[in-house]
Amino acid sequence: MSAISASEKVDGFTRKSMRKAQKQRKSQGSSQYRTQSAPVELSPLPQLKDAPSTEQQELFTQKLQQCCMLFDFLDSVTDLKSKEIKRATLNELVDYVSTNRGVLVETAYPEITDMICTNIFRTLPPSENPDFDPEEDEPTLEASWPHIQLVYEFLLRFLENPDFQPSIAKRYIDQKFVLQLLELFDSEDPRERDFLKTILHRIYGKFLGLRAFIRKQINNIFLRFIYETEHFNGVAELLEILGSIINGFALPLKAEHKQFLMKVLIPLHTAKALSLFHAQLAYCVVQFLEKDPTLTEPVIRGLLKFWPKTCSQKEVMFLGEIEEILDVIEPTQFKKIQEPLFKQISKCVANPHFQVAERALYFWNNEYILSLIEENIDKILPIMFGSLYRISKEHWNPTIVALVYNVLKTLMEMNCTLFDELTSSYKADRQREKKKEQERDELWKQLEELRLSNPTLVHGQNRKILKNNNPRYGPSDSSWDNEGKTCSQLG
Amino acid sequence: MAGADGDDSLYPIAVLIDELRNEDVQLRLNSIKKLSTIALALGVERTRTELLPFLTDTIYDEDEVLLALAEQLGNFTMLVGGPEYVHCLLPPLESLATVEETVVRDKAVESLRKISQEHSPVDLEVHFEPLVKRLASGDWFTSRTSACGLFSVCYPRVSSTVKAEIRQHFRTLCSDDTPMVRRAAASKLGEFAKVLELDYVKSDIISLFTALASDEQDSVRLLAVEACVSIATLLPQEDLETLVMPTLRQAAEDKSWRVRYMVADKFSELQKAVGPEITKNDLVPAFQNLLKDCEAEVRAAAANKVKEFCENLPEDSREQIIMTHILPCVKELVSDTNQHVKSALASVIMGLSTILGKDNTIEHLLPLFLAQLKDECPEVRLNIISNLDCVNEVIGIRQLSQSLLPAIVELAEDAKWRVRLAIIEYMPLLAGQLGVEFFDEKLNTLCMAWLIDHVYAIREAATCNLMKLVEKFGAEWAQNTIVPKVLGMANDPNYLHRMTTLFCINALSEACGQDITTKQMLPVVLKMSNDQVANVRFNVAKSLQKIGPVLDSNALQTEVKPVLEKLATDTDMDVKYFAQEAISGKHFCLPLEVIERSVQVGGRVFFLPTRQNLLCLLNAKRDCSVQSFDKEIMWLSYPNSIYQTTLPFCTVLCCNTDCIGLIKELPRPVVMGTSSVVKVLLIIIPPPNPR
Repeated sequence: MSAISASEKVDGFTRKSMRKAQKQRKSQGSSQYRTQSAPVELSPLPQLKDAPSTEQQELFTQKLQQCCMLFDFLDSVTDLKSKEIKRATLNELVDYVSTNRGVLVETAYPEITDMICTNIFRTLPPSENPDFDPEEDEPTLEASWPHIQLVYEFLLRFLENPDFQPSIAKRYIDQKFVLQLLELFDSEDPRERDFLKTILHRIYGKFLGLRAFIRKQINNIFLRFIYETEHFNGVAELLEILGSIINGFALPLKAEHKQFLMKVLIPLHTAKALSLFHAQLAYCVVQFLEKDPTLTEPVIRGLLKFWPKTCSQKEVMFLGEIEEILDVIEPTQFKKIQEPLFKQISKCVANPHFQVAERALYFWNNEYILSLIEENIDKILPIMFGSLYRISKEHWNPTIVALVYNVLKTLMEMNCTLFDELTSSYKADRQREKKKEQERDELWKQLEELRLSNPTLVHGQNRKILKNNNPRYGPSDSSWDNEGKTCSQLG
Repeated sequence: MAGADGDDSLYPIAVLIDELRNEDVQLRLNSIKKLSTIALALGVERTRTELLPFLTDTIYDEDEVLLALAEQLGNFTMLVGGPEYVHCLLPPLESLATVEETVVRDKAVESLRKISQEHSPVDLEVHFEPLVKRLASGDWFTSRTSACGLFSVCYPRVSSTVKAEIRQHFRTLCSDDTPMVRRAAASKLGEFAKVLELDYVKSDIISLFTALASDEQDSVRLLAVEACVSIATLLPQEDLETLVMPTLRQAAEDKSWRVRYMVADKFSELQKAVGPEITKNDLVPAFQNLLKDCEAEVRAAAANKVKEFCENLPEDSREQIIMTHILPCVKELVSDTNQHVKSALASVIMGLSTILGKDNTIEHLLPLFLAQLKDECPEVRLNIISNLDCVNEVIGIRQLSQSLLPAIVELAEDAKWRVRLAIIEYMPLLAGQLGVEFFDEKLNTLCMAWLIDHVYAIREAATCNLMKLVEKFGAEWAQNTIVPKVLGMANDPNYLHRMTTLFCINALSEACGQDITTKQMLPVVLKMSNDQVANVRFNVAKSLQKIGPVLDSNALQTEVKPVLEKLATDTDMDVKYFAQEAISGKHFCLPLEVIERSVQVGGRVFFLPTRQNLLCLLNAKRDCSVQSFDKEIMWLSYPNSIYQTTLPFCTVLCCNTDCIGLIKELPRPVVMGTSSVVKVLLIIIPPPNPR
């Protein structure tokens, strides 16, 4: 949603210069749009601990109201005194709710939530860097953190106070509150997301009525992330919360939860920024499989469907996740998916990127996986053999070749006869494949001729080329020759 | 039409389906992309009864395969037997419209929209509309989002009872539980409003619009802004105030910057939709606020619209509004803290001068231009320079030239080569406006200095720049100012600079003409064939090949040929290669009459290496007999434009080249060469099929 100026199209230096600018100014204010008039100067109130107990409650309310005043932190010189007063007051409030009993009377709840909402709920500002890469770039930090941090701290202590009563609080900490809280997870500031994570977890624990709603909204955030924007900073944090939620699911799993696994968690693997939350995601997936092993087959098929095609880094992560799954797999489930799975693994060991090949070959160091392979060697060996045999001869990386030899040796020891058979039939198999290929080409050639002889179709095809502006036919040698001939003929 | 009914023995469906099921995704994808061929082999009957059911059953595949399938099915009407049977395509497309992946779903919806037009009104109600209803009430959000895009295509062609149902479905989706669906509905709201009867727009659409515009999610609210444009266009002026304006005002002040950004981004459209009165009363203050917004993104989007907004103001009060309301904000933006805002403004601010006229421009705008020309951010300066033409028309460029020169010099020497590249690209434009005298005096040295820049891209651009300058100022100017300097570099100790001489000659020979090329350039090139650096020598071979067409045949035979032959025996294999290439004449262009002849012979090869020759060919077209010509070439144009054709069987090819060959094996024309001076589009009709 960032404006692209005409000159950015002219040259590509913007991004770099922007990053440079960012280095100079890394903190950013919230996008407060004319929410209030200029701040009024605050005057300090007496300390809560000095006030007589009869007036304490009144003073507490006053202090909460005082903390509703918002300040501009990008401007580091104005309102210094008031900012300091608010900071001290917030500190005192944090201390007050965490150490005192009996302070959370019913009338205090609306005042407390009002103060919290005013301070933390805000539209997050546009990112300084539209192509923010969480792995490389420094995050933009929230400028008003000195206050916001204390408000988060206060919210947490409020929720954790032994006197806290969800039955009263639910009037204020409602669906709207949760929705706004979830939107804040997109904050670029990791400190803020960390607080939010703990807070949302507490809310999920204390407000039974909000649980389904929270799960649904997290679903929506993820789906939007996967299919619409591909941008959300808090995926890892939300997954971490979900990890512990999944842990507490009752058996048998509800259809809603299974749907969440298959339609949200598995597609999450397609995200470009997978590396930022893969650990948490894999944890969630394995949690599901430990709860209900019958989900193994659809999960692995799902992963195979979304297997990365061009990103080796992601492929390594997928292999890691597969190993985590295989660690907990039941032998009966293993039998169901071994064929498609090992077809993929056989492609991975033959991958020219040595890290991918290496990660796949490490499976053979895992005792449990090895025992599963041995049990099903007659199925797995024919799938793996071709790739391993070929790679043992032609992979560029000597470490991989050495690993492949070890794997071949292990497999040979598992079933010597089969291994010998496969070795002797290797050549014939390759030739058969080649022949099949030729037959396919032949078939398509015939079909192509048929297509060319049909004018309607040729026309349709051509229209498409026009539309895609697709230069399908590059320079070809034969045409050059033609060219030369004509030249000489005419010259 | 051989094979239109299929041939069981030759193409058993099993074989074809095997191809569609192949384990290798790439092969599967290839097969799906040729699904029309398969259908053709099977014939319409079996496509309907065997192929389509198979496709419907196997919709669990890689998204890429599904995407190809969704696209193919949109063009399948003839292959299933024409409009009468088009509804057979609905089941597979319905499944595709429910998959998760957005691109697949969108493509399926696109295809459904396309084939909906091919349904008869009866079929639309019997087959298509029930599909829309099923999608609209699907369990998972994907089918409901897809449904949103289908209402508007079937609404106009169904009976009033069905219309009522459709409206009801759309209403339901607008308040769907899932934000994804509400977003889809919001984005189709404008489109749907357009096909509705005005009464229903007022009764139904407005309430939906108001609800979506105050949705809890800003991603939904901002889509309502887009719909606002269409809705406002549909309503009569007197209803706008009560039905649309409250919502629009609210959007312009939304607490989320994304919504305000959207308002700023759509401002010109909104302005046109609500008309002059509301613009004066409401939009002017709203625009001022957007220009002063607290978020730079919003300010930049608004700044981008300054010119368009001012242009479209009602004429009677235009100047007054600009001077009292807009200009003060613009002045502030010139010194904005954010460079994107400033550069957005710089890209349009020059346009204000034509609106305000000479006096106001000199008094009010000129100081702003000058300030922006001195901006710390190079983008801002570049944007000003790239739009000089607007100012030139109003006050003449002289007013600016004093400040312009330092700005140009500074950009020309910027440490970032992309900045230097950008300013080089504006040089021909600047030269044209500043005139040859000013140019010779102030800018010529810069242009020559770029030729020895340490970045290749700059040297290359500088070469191209010289060519454009010569085209502008003429060969005589070139001979006096540029050519001596360029040729002087042939003796430079740095081989990269010597090569630059060759590149310049390549670029300039045509513009300079035969005389200069033969007498001044050719001797230098020939002399360089003895260079000790192989790179220079093989570039000599390439240059000779390149300038060959400009030389006369006598020089070619007596001077060029011996040198090339010598180079062809060089010790370096690259030099040998390029010399042989040049000798074999592949790149030599054919004289004009040959082009003509080859065209008339039909199917013979011809060459179009230069823009001039291309023009010649176009002229030739008029001279030669139209009948014979039309068999070969329907239309030829440049650069990069596409001419519609009504003739049915043609191959269209768009390429980035200045050499086009045409061979007999149509419909595959072959493109040769890689240089990108002229972009050509060639439309060719294949000769009548021998079969």
